[in-house]
Amino acid sequence: GCFVFKPSAKKRKLSQRTAHEFGIRNDDSEDTELRFVTCQSLWNQIKSETEKIQEDLNKQLLDNLVSFLRRSHSEFEEKTTEWICRMKVREIPTAALVLGVNVTDHDLTFRSLSDFLQNNITPYIALLEAKDCPGIKNLMQKLMGQLMNCCVDVDSLEDEDYVQVSQNRIRCSMSSLIKWYESVTKKTDSETPSKRSSSSTHWQSPPVVVIFKDMESFTTKVLQDFVVISSQHIHELPLVLIFGIATSPMIIHRLLPHSVSSLLCIELFQSLSCKDHLSTIIDKLLLTTQFPFKLGEKVLQVLINIFLYHDFSVQNFIKGFQLCIVEHFYSQPLSVLCCQLVDLQKRVNSLSHNQCENIRRLPSFRRYVEKQESGKQIALLTSDNFLKEETQRLLEELHVYHENYVSVLRCLHVFTSSLPKYPLGKQIRELHCACLENQVWETEEYESSLQLARMLNKSDLVTMLQQCVEILLSSSGKEFDQTVEKLKKFLTQFQNLEEAFQEQDGSVSSQKELQKKTDLYHLQKTLLELKESRRSKKLTKFEMLRFEVVDYIDSLVRKYLVPADHRTLHEILYFNTAAVLRGHLNAAPRTALHTALNNPHWYLKNQALKCDGGSISNKAPDICIVYKLHLECGRLINLVDWLEAFSTVVMAGEEPNADRASSDQMDDIIHARFIRAVSELELLGFIKPSKQKTDHVARLTWGGC
Amino acid sequence: MPNLEHPAYPAAALLHLESLVPCRESQVSMLLSIFGERQQFSFPSIFIYGHTSSGKTYVMQTLLNTLQLPHVFVNCVECFTSRLLLEEILIQLQSCSSETEPASPVPCDTFNDFVRLFKQALVSRKLQDQTLYIVLDRAEQLREMEANILPAFLRLQELTDSNVTVVLLSEIVWELFRPNVGCFDPLTLYFPDYSIGHLQKILSQNHPPEYTADFYAAYINILLGVFYMVCRDLKELRHLAVLNFSKYCEPVVRGEANERDTRKLWKNIEPHLKKAMQTVYLREISSSQWERLQHDDGEPGQLKGLSAHTHVELPYYSKFLLIAAYLASYNPVRTDKRFFLKHHGKIKKTNFMKKHEKTSNHLLGPKPFPLDRLLAILYSIVDNRVAPSANIFSQITSLVTLQLLSMVGQNDQLEGPRYKCTVSLDFIRAIAR
Repeated sequence: GCFVFKPSAKKRKLSQRTAHEFGIRNDDSEDTELRFVTCQSLWNQIKSETEKIQEDLNKQLLDNLVSFLRRSHSEFEEKTTEWICRMKVREIPTAALVLGVNVTDHDLTFRSLSDFLQNNITPYIALLEAKDCPGIKNLMQKLMGQLMNCCVDVDSLEDEDYVQVSQNRIRCSMSSLIKWYESVTKKTDSETPSKRSSSSTHWQSPPVVVIFKDMESFTTKVLQDFVVISSQHIHELPLVLIFGIATSPMIIHRLLPHSVSSLLCIELFQSLSCKDHLSTIIDKLLLTTQFPFKLGEKVLQVLINIFLYHDFSVQNFIKGFQLCIVEHFYSQPLSVLCCQLVDLQKRVNSLSHNQCENIRRLPSFRRYVEKQESGKQIALLTSDNFLKEETQRLLEELHVYHENYVSVLRCLHVFTSSLPKYPLGKQIRELHCACLENQVWETEEYESSLQLARMLNKSDLVTMLQQCVEILLSSSGKEFDQTVEKLKKFLTQFQNLEEAFQEQDGSVSSQKELQKKTDLYHLQKTLLELKESRRSKKLTKFEMLRFEVVDYIDSLVRKYLVPADHRTLHEILYFNTAAVLRGHLNAAPRTALHTALNNPHWYLKNQALKCDGGSISNKAPDICIVYKLHLECGRLINLVDWLEAFSTVVMAGEEPNADRASSDQMDDIIHARFIRAVSELELLGFIKPSKQKTDHVARLTWGGC
Repeated sequence: MPNLEHPAYPAAALLHLESLVPCRESQVSMLLSIFGERQQFSFPSIFIYGHTSSGKTYVMQTLLNTLQLPHVFVNCVECFTSRLLLEEILIQLQSCSSETEPASPVPCDTFNDFVRLFKQALVSRKLQDQTLYIVLDRAEQLREMEANILPAFLRLQELTDSNVTVVLLSEIVWELFRPNVGCFDPLTLYFPDYSIGHLQKILSQNHPPEYTADFYAAYINILLGVFYMVCRDLKELRHLAVLNFSKYCEPVVRGEANERDTRKLWKNIEPHLKKAMQTVYLREISSSQWERLQHDDGEPGQLKGLSAHTHVELPYYSKFLLIAAYLASYNPVRTDKRFFLKHHGKIKKTNFMKKHEKTSNHLLGPKPFPLDRLLAILYSIVDNRVAPSANIFSQITSLVTLQLLSMVGQNDQLEGPRYKCTVSLDFIRAIAR
């Protein structure tokens, strides 16, 4: 298989040392070894799970591509009608693969694609990237290098002569490529049958697949030349092109003129949208009871925001998730209890006294203790054994809570996702965030969505209830037997209603009565009565039932969708320090630079540097002083004035009555310091020398950043 | 039409040649008279130009092949460096007279080497007594190689002192080739475009064996009626003819019409061809997809062409960055204050100005803008505060790699990079929605 993450492979190699570091840096905490092992095994599980998900998601696309490849040169093989063959222009079969703008994910897709093709269609695959191919010459070199090497991989018996060819690299032309292809295919033909059977998935003359990873970045000339050259040899070399496109297929027309694109036979393939991909990942990784580790609301929000606002990259999302896991196990000593239920008892029992103290320090636990009666409070705070028992019970409860939470969340999503305007969000992730954030039933959105749910029509309501029943039945929670019963009862009631409905059509009678009355006074009276009765009209049976259903769902929500941070001991399973994550994933270099220069105390932690407000301390590093002074200037800065201001600041603390010679020397030193600080600023990109005025420099930034 | 006549070649061969090159008889006879007899020295270099698919390559190839003149045929696009080109010529020369085994290729880096090796090859292959033709197809590529290549090829006869003629084939005129000084002017020969009558004649020549020539000619007539307005490329027309012929035959195969029922057949095929013009011809739908559609009798409507997929999904801030870039590219700097500041004043005056500017700015195309301006506009168009995080900056670079923005001037990053927005108004409208 393919590895999703290179860093993890490296980590495994260094695991001994890393485990050591895990311990050293948190020397006051416990169970580092165990925590590290748990973290690793959890991550490995998650990694294999994500790989599986990705494979499933790509399956459709890969299958389509493979059938396209099979088709593409089948004509070449079977020769349909001679006349058609003779007359038609042989176009190069081309797959335009639209992959979306999340370029960071493409690598993985291409890797699995080339693996898949290698196993199913052809051993001859070349992956080309624009940065390697500034000219047609480089492209051909790269192409031939990859093709001839891959051949070496396939039949390693007779690789000497190939290696020689690729090393000599005498002629990087199409004709030598064709010669190579002929020799290779001939060789496979003449091989013994036993050898053939091993590679029987490939055909007699497998196509040569050339993948352009990033179509947008290739220059037009290179692409055009390559297409023109290869179209001339399509008869001898069954070539298939795959264009990886990040934006839209229009780019083909923009890059290739009609005379060139008419040489191609382009078919379009679209990969799954990255948003759907993310939904699946969240569904399978977060909304499941498979993994004990959970994300808190803020953290999840940070990860989703980075995805939606910045990069659309599922890979980055998963990496962020990995960071959360590592950070959780690293920073939370109690995360040793973040394990599968089977291991829980053993681990709880082996907790040290320190760890017990850690538990007592948890805010959620303290809240819990306060609610208990005094005798139990004392026991919890003094007896480690009692605490351990209690902890285990609470953690088991937490697991059960999570199981129920997921099922009920899905049920609620069934309702909210069909409401007009989606007051609680269309995706389940939005609903999940809302529920984690605070008690969802107190929000306005929830209120309005209940209102809307009370106006649903019957058929929708029935299908939703059926879906809910299915979800609850498939869930692993044990508490839902009653709920399912109740929902089924609702369903049968709806069924009965339908039968009753047909009989009940009595409301027309009053209308008929109305027509009989001719007296004006009576008419008025009856009309008023009618109006009155309509206002306070008794609800029909269906409406009653609908209210009942919605109220029942509401009660389920109130019971099961309590936010996680209201639960005791949630800190053990839920990672919620979003600030750390934001600092790691959403770096702000400009802001950091500004803080460092404007307020050096922030980083240097030197008491002398602590200053208040806008004043400039002369203790600060020179560059900070210069930076602060330059903030007050306009676009062009006069160097002389700047130096003047600088020396004033620096000299502020010095005694003024020094003798002349030493002050001269001082001036020189200050001058040198100033020049050095200014050139440092230039290096950082804040200023540049200006040609507009002598002795002036231009500012390149504006504002306080 | 002049019949091909030349004392040096047998009449049968000439007759065969004539049948192979319809509508190009005059050019061929002209070439023949320039070539002269086998052993006679010909003009040192001949330059043939004409529009795409006016038969330059085909005529040269058939001429040289049918008369069995010794020749070397090289495509200059394929040989993208001078070394490849020279070596290719030598290799073909070695295999030209097939008696001997082709020797291993000799490295040939300069033209000097080439002349030496070329002479050797001529002697060893016993080709001195007849004219050797070197045909360089797509000769416009020669201009991009070393400066000495083109003049040297033009004077190859003189340099090698042997009986050789270089024929250059190109789509552009000789004036665009001519180097500054000391260049030998080749004999230029123009291949005019095929007229509609020529096209009709050439296309009808190859009719499928199952049907009569008249039937196919009628079909070609209809085809040309539709496509001649947009396409005069012979290859392309022939391709389209094959693709759509099965549809044309359909009524005949089903027995609803006979082969002479031209009107009925026309009614059947005409809308189909028009559809083909909008899809297959523009390569919106690939020809194999088109064939499958025909086969299944499906509506082409279900298959969306390439340009139907114009929508690009972008992350939230990328959208705003792109919109900001568009605004920065098409609005002049002085209007920024008016548009993006809350307290700008002076609205009345600007209304008239704005209209005037807008039209002209769109005609002028995008203008470059500095990074700072882009960010300033971004901050003012996004509702909530945007932190200038590394993610925002990396998005700008990724927009550049996606060719939605382009960087102007490859100068130092510290100097304040300048960008241009390369997307259209429609694209921005779709994004802004």
